[in-house]
Amino acid sequence: MSYSTKVLDHYENPRNVGTFGKEDEGVATGMVGAPACGDVMKLQIKVNKDGVIEDAKFKTYGCGSAIASSSLVTEWVKGKTLDEALTIKNTQIAEELALPPVKIHCSVLAEDAIKAAVADYKARHGEMQGEMVETAACKG
Amino acid sequence: MIKTPIYLDYSATTPVDPRVAEVMIPYLTEKFGNPASRSHEFGWEAEKAVEQAREQVAALVNADPKEIIWTSGATESNNLAIKGAAHFYKAKGKHLVTMMTEHKAVIDTMRHLESEGYEVTYLKPEPSGLVDIEKFKAALRPDTILASVMLVNNEIGVIQDIAALGEICRAQGIIFHVDAAQATGKVAIDLAKLKVDLMSFSAHKTYGPKGIGALYVQRKPRVRLEAQMHGGGHERGLRSGTLATHQIAGMGEAFRIAREEMAAENERVRSLRDRLYKGLSQIEEVHVNGDMEQRVPHNLNISFNFVEGESLIMAIRDLAVSSGSACTSASLEPSYVLRALGRSDELAHSSIRFTIGRFTTEEEIDYAIELLKNKIGRLREMSPLWDMFKEGVDLSTVKWASH
Ligand SMILES: Cc1ncc(COP(=O)(O)O)c(C=O)c1O
Ligand code: FES
Repeated sequence: MSYSTKVLDHYENPRNVGTFGKEDEGVATGMVGAPACGDVMKLQIKVNKDGVIEDAKFKTYGCGSAIASSSLVTEWVKGKTLDEALTIKNTQIAEELALPPVKIHCSVLAEDAIKAAVADYKARHGEMQGEMVETAACKG
Repeated sequence: MIKTPIYLDYSATTPVDPRVAEVMIPYLTEKFGNPASRSHEFGWEAEKAVEQAREQVAALVNADPKEIIWTSGATESNNLAIKGAAHFYKAKGKHLVTMMTEHKAVIDTMRHLESEGYEVTYLKPEPSGLVDIEKFKAALRPDTILASVMLVNNEIGVIQDIAALGEICRAQGIIFHVDAAQATGKVAIDLAKLKVDLMSFSAHKTYGPKGIGALYVQRKPRVRLEAQMHGGGHERGLRSGTLATHQIAGMGEAFRIAREEMAAENERVRSLRDRLYKGLSQIEEVHVNGDMEQRVPHNLNISFNFVEGESLIMAIRDLAVSSGSACTSASLEPSYVLRALGRSDELAHSSIRFTIGRFTTEEEIDYAIELLKNKIGRLREMSPLWDMFKEGVDLSTVKWASH
């Protein structure tokens, strides 16, 4: 498997790796994937009073493309409102990182991580209507 | 300065030993004759090389040269042995026994036979990777015609008790095939003593060229096979096709060297492997896959828990190793061998196979240890599973989102 320079760049210099403090205001967490599938992605967003994502952090267990996808997504969600963040599509992630077909599911996982984090935020703030977030299919 | 990438994938293939390459070259240029040409010097010269190589291959495994059939490699040898015997003896029964941890060249051949109406039992190994002799015995039936168990596993390097399995098969009149592709030059093989009817070999795992192998077909008691390749009737009709003299000469020389040097080489390789193991043991949460005693000296298969194998391989691009991880293949399946051992998915996804060989140096091993210590630390910093582990969460109790 050869990697695109963008995947390599995010992999070598991942942006925003880490975890927010448990007590931090406005933090929500999305965790998707499963160890059985070989990928688990944790995306955290920090939302300010105006409903804008002002910071994001990730931790990922998975292949290089999964790490790069989550790193990229932390950059993309910053400065967006929750609804704007939800418009980020896996196809955009895959295109930006030039992912080959077998790696598309890594970008799907990153899109799902955004959805899961936003859903968590809405649930914490009473906006959630019990809607479940579908995560990337794993046949493992 | 150390030259990178460092090759630690000797079970995938080995470089051709320069001594072997030297022996091969004249058979491409001036001694190019067809070994089947009986009417002139060119043919005789090529035939002489082929027969000398046959003796060299036979000598490594203590067989009669007449029992050695040239093939294109262990894949073809496995196909010829298993399909050839199954077809020839189908009137006796249609049941075969093998293991879940065999190489694909055996598993997929068995699968093909299933589609032809044969029945196959795939034995699960013990967590050590070794077959339980009693379970093997219990799997044999009156209609079992053939059992196939590999001598050395390509992923975890464990050595099966072929001697004991052979005795059991012989007592019940069952043909016993052994895939020894990974064993030559690593474990002593004495076919005069072993009750093995068919054994597959490959040159390129033992410092010979790719694309050449052999099948041992026992003469006493005689084993019959149905040919899989028809044509000019070469190799006593068992495998037609003009013999690749240069490849065969190379395999002969490679096996000659293996016979003469294996004792010393295995000691050297073992000390390197143990050095690697000692270094890597200093890292937390590392687990060896497969039995550590009943194992060839050059293999170390280790799982680095909470680090995904493919990202690790990417992090250690200075090392040429292979991973049993899901994501290296398009199928996104973790190694079926590690799964068969009952390894958890996390551990199966986190495995790296290091295989050491003739040209590995101590400096290279030390470099590998340092690199791994560094990169594992970095990837664990990034791993949510590592965090959970450190917080004392038992991952098997976590309910993972809809999967
Ligand atoms: C155990 C085993 N059997 C068979 C093979 C196939 O051998 P060849 O490449 O000679 O066809 C290999 C090598 O990949 C192997 O490791
Ligand atoms: S995480 Fe499995 S291929 Fe990317």
